[in-house]
Amino acid sequence: MTDVWSIGYALAVLGMGGTLVTLAFIAVLVVLLKRLFPYSPEDAR
Amino acid sequence: MDVAIRAGLEGLFSGVAHLDLGQLFMLALGCLLLYLAIAREIEPLLLLPIGFGAILVNIPDAGLMAEGGVLRTFYNAGVASEIFPVLVFIGIGALTDFGPLLENPKILLLGAAGQFGIFLTLLLALLLGFTLQQAASIGVIGAMDGPTAIYVSSKFAPDLLGPISVAAYSYMSLVPIVQPPIMRLLTTKDERLIVMGGVKRTVSRRAKLVFPIMVVIVGSIIAPQGTPLLGMIMLGNLLRESGVVERLKQASENEIANIVTLLLGISIGATMQAEIFLRYQTLLILLLGFVAICLDTATGVLFGKLMCALSGGKINPLIGAAGISAFPMAARVVQTEGQRYSKKNHLLMHAMGANTGGQIGSVIAAGIMLSVLRGLGYG
Repeated sequence: MTDVWSIGYALAVLGMGGTLVTLAFIAVLVVLLKRLFPYSPEDAR
Repeated sequence: MDVAIRAGLEGLFSGVAHLDLGQLFMLALGCLLLYLAIAREIEPLLLLPIGFGAILVNIPDAGLMAEGGVLRTFYNAGVASEIFPVLVFIGIGALTDFGPLLENPKILLLGAAGQFGIFLTLLLALLLGFTLQQAASIGVIGAMDGPTAIYVSSKFAPDLLGPISVAAYSYMSLVPIVQPPIMRLLTTKDERLIVMGGVKRTVSRRAKLVFPIMVVIVGSIIAPQGTPLLGMIMLGNLLRESGVVERLKQASENEIANIVTLLLGISIGATMQAEIFLRYQTLLILLLGFVAICLDTATGVLFGKLMCALSGGKINPLIGAAGISAFPMAARVVQTEGQRYSKKNHLLMHAMGANTGGQIGSVIAAGIMLSVLRGLGYG
């Protein structure tokens, strides 16, 4: 897999997939973060 | 004495003697950028110094970009070293409130979908004969994130930095014109009428504090080559959310951001020398940049439709258009489009969430691109 098109396709697939999976993982972590540190009325101040 | 006067006159009028058509065209282009910045207020913070830099660098015999010249010194110190775009990110982080995104973390996915156009444009650029490094740099125009485009192209295609930067920043102002037709084309009227509820405040201060630390650790471990960008944007955000370094936060969003923006703009303008800028490739880059924005908007909206279907019609797919990084312009466009079909529809905060997700998404996408290219033996 050395020609520029193979590398281009690999970059496109890994780029789109990697970005989506990374942000999905961060989204899951945010959900956990909100459970770990729930909102309280004190935060409003 | 005659010889001395003749030699002196030659020196005095050397500028006129060496002025060519290309330089004249670039002087006119510099003036056009100044007009757009001043009269039309299109991205004035960047287009004004870029336009002025373009004028300065095309004055014949001035030597501003020669070794030791003023603009060459700025360029080497800040752009070639990648310091300026990275510093801009501290200011962006300090100015960004990730609150709406944290309220509804699943819309972070729209920030990923809004970057797909980067990679599709990369393939188009390869098709048009650009090298892999050039194609990667051109694709990043679609992120609608100027500093990231500058960072990637200064690494991989410094010879294309001028047209890529001009495309990235000038197209940002076209977002309100380019996005609405694509949004209408890809959504049904029923979808555009979906009313999303108000954004409730459910995020604690601790969660907001931990978020930038968590993102930089996770994102940088996955894509280490993007750490300078992700690290600085999250540092800026931590300065904002910590509440204990008000002076640093103020400096990041004001003094540092202002000084760096000025020097970055003039350094980019300095890359617009006639012999470098006036090439067939520049037109292709401008065209591909436009295609990249359209593709990013389309993939964002299509992913919004998918989320709409999966959520049982609770998500208005229009907010997918805010998955690109043009902040806060894309979010405002979504709000305007939503209001156009129903005055009860207030999509702004949801779109702001997707838009800040797009900011993270563009940096992550660039980081992944740089890391994959490094793994493939490039860079």
